[in-house]
Amino acid sequence: METNSSALYKAPSVSGYADVPYEEKVKFFQDVQADARFPDYIYGCYECGICVAACPSARFYDFSPRRVAQAIARQDVELIYQQVQEDIWECSQCFSCLRCPRGNNPGGLITIMREVSVNKGLGAAKEALEGYSRIIYKIMSTGTQVSPDMLQPDAFPDWGPEVKDVSDNLALWRKMLPPETHHTTSTGWDVADRTLIELYLIWFETGALNMIKEVDEGLHMILEEVMEERLEEEGIEI
Amino acid sequence: MSIPMDALLKKKEKFVREPDRRSEDFHEQLFDLEAKGEIIVQRTSDDVVEVPTKYGNTKKIQRGHLWHHKSCGQCGHIPGYSTSIFWIMRKLGYDYNDPRDQTSCTAWNYYASATSNQAAQAAVALRNFAAAYETGYFPLIHCGTSFGHYKEVRSELLREKHLRDEVRRVLDKLGKPLVIPEEIVHYSEYLYAMRDEIAQKQVVNFDNIAVTVHPACHYYKLVEGDAIFDPEVYGGQRTAVVTGVAEALGAEVKNYSTWFDCCGFGFRHILVQRDFTRSFASQRKIEIMKEEANPDVVLTHDTGCVTALDKSQFAARAHDRNVGVPVMSEAQFAALAMGAHPYKVCQLHWHSTNYRPLLEKMGIDWRKAWSEFEDEMKRLERGEQEFLTWADVDA
Ligand code: SF4
Ligand code: SF4
Repeated sequence: METNSSALYKAPSVSGYADVPYEEKVKFFQDVQADARFPDYIYGCYECGICVAACPSARFYDFSPRRVAQAIARQDVELIYQQVQEDIWECSQCFSCLRCPRGNNPGGLITIMREVSVNKGLGAAKEALEGYSRIIYKIMSTGTQVSPDMLQPDAFPDWGPEVKDVSDNLALWRKMLPPETHHTTSTGWDVADRTLIELYLIWFETGALNMIKEVDEGLHMILEEVMEERLEEEGIEI
Repeated sequence: MSIPMDALLKKKEKFVREPDRRSEDFHEQLFDLEAKGEIIVQRTSDDVVEVPTKYGNTKKIQRGHLWHHKSCGQCGHIPGYSTSIFWIMRKLGYDYNDPRDQTSCTAWNYYASATSNQAAQAAVALRNFAAAYETGYFPLIHCGTSFGHYKEVRSELLREKHLRDEVRRVLDKLGKPLVIPEEIVHYSEYLYAMRDEIAQKQVVNFDNIAVTVHPACHYYKLVEGDAIFDPEVYGGQRTAVVTGVAEALGAEVKNYSTWFDCCGFGFRHILVQRDFTRSFASQRKIEIMKEEANPDVVLTHDTGCVTALDKSQFAARAHDRNVGVPVMSEAQFAALAMGAHPYKVCQLHWHSTNYRPLLEKMGIDWRKAWSEFEDEMKRLERGEQEFLTWADVDA
């Protein structure tokens, strides 16, 4: 394969990311291709733009699911590597692009491209996930992604004064919920201990916990410690 | 020029399904794997309502004895959403299980950050399904994203043996069986199936209420064949959930041209890049609805959509944009129709956009309701009782 085979991509120096050897870009694409879902997500591209018409992110960013599908269909590793730097993190993962007449799933391709970026610890992935660590911590360690106590006015100043009402009255308002599982403030609902242990085992066994190491070493250390301690208490060896 | 929606819809309203044009039914693969002893299929009971899906296959919706797979965004930030779903079931006289042995589907995180993988996502889904199976209750999924994601997980499991083997290996460590329910059911499908029973218990008249519906992308765009499309609603051209319930309650469902657009939630964006969410939700959804339909309320059926459409309006209003419509789930709307308390059950004080004019139009005295809610809070503060209970709500 020759380098610079892509007619469409901008030179990395222009796009503002550090270039890597061509082989690394090829390897990136091969890892995307190796995902079991890949064959079902791309069948070639008509370049009709129907996905773009449906795409919310295309309206507000310089982003296009057609460009992503097209680069993948043409196996244009240079362009794919460029899209990984920014484009893929602009996608809303709404899957409106599933109306593709060719049966493609550009949003699904993006999920895989993101996953490979995380696995490889790419700088773009780290940047995209900046400020997001506390959410990863919450979901992996508690089993629910958002909690009532996240509703703080300084975190959501754009959501209006009602956020402050919620945070000022949180403990009492949670007690005013009739479902018995809802009286929590630091998790969405009351998750049983045994359930959490099973969830931790899933993160260990499937390699999901290891993925965190590549994008946020500090967070990985904390998560691993929390989970190992809990599993040890239960007499479970990893 | 605006799109002539009504003329377009009229053209299609005589839609009739051709019986020989049905798409493949995933149940064949499901039962095949069950026969080979690879998986357990949790069957529905006999007490079901049958509803049509997009390509004409029938879906069975079990009436009672349901295991509520809750949504973290609903329980955490819009708790009147889940409370209303439970309350409706209680009012209709059906039993349910609200489990602690349940985790989130974790798909919000997956679609936001990709810090997970196919096997982990499938294992989380199947751990929850196994937990439901062990109780004997049939799962009902509250979140649109969980529902869409679980449908995807099911397709992948049915197609890929290596994934089944990997998930089985993980479940073995957990001591759990590999169970896939006969149907994956979203709560909005449940409400759709039960809409006549709900309407029979209606005590508040909604004849003067105009609504617009926002359909949740993950409900009907992911594995689109397994979503309710009914020739009786929109001529079978759009999903019938939410709209069918609003119509059964006598509300006027109004059309608008960006119906198929997403809400702008974005998973990652709503948490760390909200400028996008705010712009999309207000400019492509709320403003268009206001301009073309001027509804009293926006109804939707997913956690993310309620959040994005409700919370984005505050900042847009600061920029003098044409916004200001309350947003709620059709579960809360149906509960209000059935006489639910706007605060004790629907918990509307957790919402941002002003819902009080809507309650007034419905003839619900929100001042009185809020003072009743405050009285209950005082009882708790005095230590007379620890929590508000279902008995208090039903009193
Ligand atoms: S991905 Fe599909 S919808 Fe998008 S341009 Fe290609 S063929 Fe058209
Ligand atoms: S999934 Fe991504 S690419 Fe597809 S329509 Fe949604 S935002 Fe666009």
